[in-house]
Amino acid sequence: MRRASAADRGRIALYHALLLGLVFAFWYAMTTPGIVSPETAKNSAFFFGKPVEVLKVVWAWFSGGKIYPHLAITLVETLLAFVAGSVLGLAAGLWLALWPLAATLADPYIKAANAMPRVILAPIFAVWFGLGITSKVALGITLVFFVVFFNVYQGVKEVSPVVLANARMLGASRRALLRQIYLPSATSWVFSSLHTSVGMAFVGAVVGEYLGSAKGVGYLILQAEGVFDINTVFAGILVLTGCALLLDYVVTKAEARLLVWRPKQAETEAL
Amino acid sequence: MSERGTGAALRAAPALLFERVTCTFAARGKSAGDGRYTAVRDASLAVAPGEFVSVVGPTGCGKSTLLNVAAGLLQPSSGAIRVFGEPLSGINTRAGYMFQSDALIPWRSALANVTAGLEFHGESREAAAPRAHEWLARVGLAGFHDRYPHQLSGGMRKRVALAQMLILDPPILLMDEPFSALDVQTRQLMENELLELWQANRKSVLFITHDLEEAISLSDRVIVLSAGPGTREIGDYAIDLPRPRDVAEIRMTPRFIELYQAIWTTMKAEVQKGYAQSKRS
Repeated sequence: MRRASAADRGRIALYHALLLGLVFAFWYAMTTPGIVSPETAKNSAFFFGKPVEVLKVVWAWFSGGKIYPHLAITLVETLLAFVAGSVLGLAAGLWLALWPLAATLADPYIKAANAMPRVILAPIFAVWFGLGITSKVALGITLVFFVVFFNVYQGVKEVSPVVLANARMLGASRRALLRQIYLPSATSWVFSSLHTSVGMAFVGAVVGEYLGSAKGVGYLILQAEGVFDINTVFAGILVLTGCALLLDYVVTKAEARLLVWRPKQAETEAL
Repeated sequence: MSERGTGAALRAAPALLFERVTCTFAARGKSAGDGRYTAVRDASLAVAPGEFVSVVGPTGCGKSTLLNVAAGLLQPSSGAIRVFGEPLSGINTRAGYMFQSDALIPWRSALANVTAGLEFHGESREAAAPRAHEWLARVGLAGFHDRYPHQLSGGMRKRVALAQMLILDPPILLMDEPFSALDVQTRQLMENELLELWQANRKSVLFITHDLEEAISLSDRVIVLSAGPGTREIGDYAIDLPRPRDVAEIRMTPRFIELYQAIWTTMKAEVQKGYAQSKRS
């Protein structure tokens, strides 16, 4: 694939901005009496909020500082769920991949647990762990765990037999094989599922908050929804989207650093 | 010409001795009657200390199976392997193995790949680094130490693999068509490099190839295997070409051509048999 030049990228960014502007303009037009009939404007403002009001709410949140504690809570939950879910998934994936008997035994249960819509566990976690962050982290973990688990399991199964044989010939003990071959290989699969698992952790945090909490962006949305304050709901969604994009950006950067050894399709640097 | 080359070399305990090694695999999918596939049957061969032995044979004749048995990666169904007179059980710790396909650890840089063996033997990467740098320089890769395998060309990866194997200084080298994936020029360069390294520090080499020219130009002895299944030895030729050799030039000498013709006559029928079999299955 050809790499886009700086000029190309500049133009693409411009188009992106234009498209976003267009969406907002359309939104604005549809909710402003005078541009469309007052009746239509009123209806669409009720269902979709008004862009200017939404942005005002966002601005008030950030300038007044009201949003920060909530945002911090949501991000902490995301982070904890991501880390704990990844570690558990990594451990379970390694264990089952290297111990076929355990894998055979656990197989149907893992399939069942994965097939279950786990978001429905949120009320149970709320009962078990209360309305604090623990129940949100727990929900996030159940979502992250399976993403990581399946990737690690697959990753360990797909370690090249030649690389394994080579390591054994070079004198690697079972322990060394685990630490030097299986673990790095599995970890690389964890990293390659980073986008999905971070996203899942975020979903877990927000959904958990939405279903019952006293803090967090999900809580703000829930409160606003309770009084039909649609502008605030949309403001919350906007903030969450921005957050998700930011997380994704961080993940992309981390990935580029951690997986330097991985061949990329675009970059064939043969010598 | 087809004198048995073993006699004199067997005075000391051979570095590698195959004693009637048979390898039978449970057949996968459709296969002959008893549902088993005997890749190697009653193979006996010896590699003397410091001897360079090549094994040639048609494709699918169980050459790699023999090598895996020698490495201890595969248990023979019957028969035994002796390493310097001692029966082998488990991994052959006195052998280095160079694989046909890429076997470098992809998440380790060239340097870290070369230090891997020493690390597995309990050294720290820092302590092993100076020697690894030396070895990288010796295989012509000084300055490439921080490259990852995917950033190296095929020939360079083979060099790293060579350094990775040789840094442990194993008395036996097992090589499974190590250069078959390379282009002709790179291949001859690598062959000369291998000969040079071998000349400097004589190890016992068991070199598997399907390329008869490569086998003759490198070896002290060439062993010809029959087509599978049930591969056995059908020829054993001492190569009395003078050393040091240049693998490209030696191919033009009359003696080389003589040897080539003699061995090829033995091999030809087997190659055709092997080809016919691979077409049928």
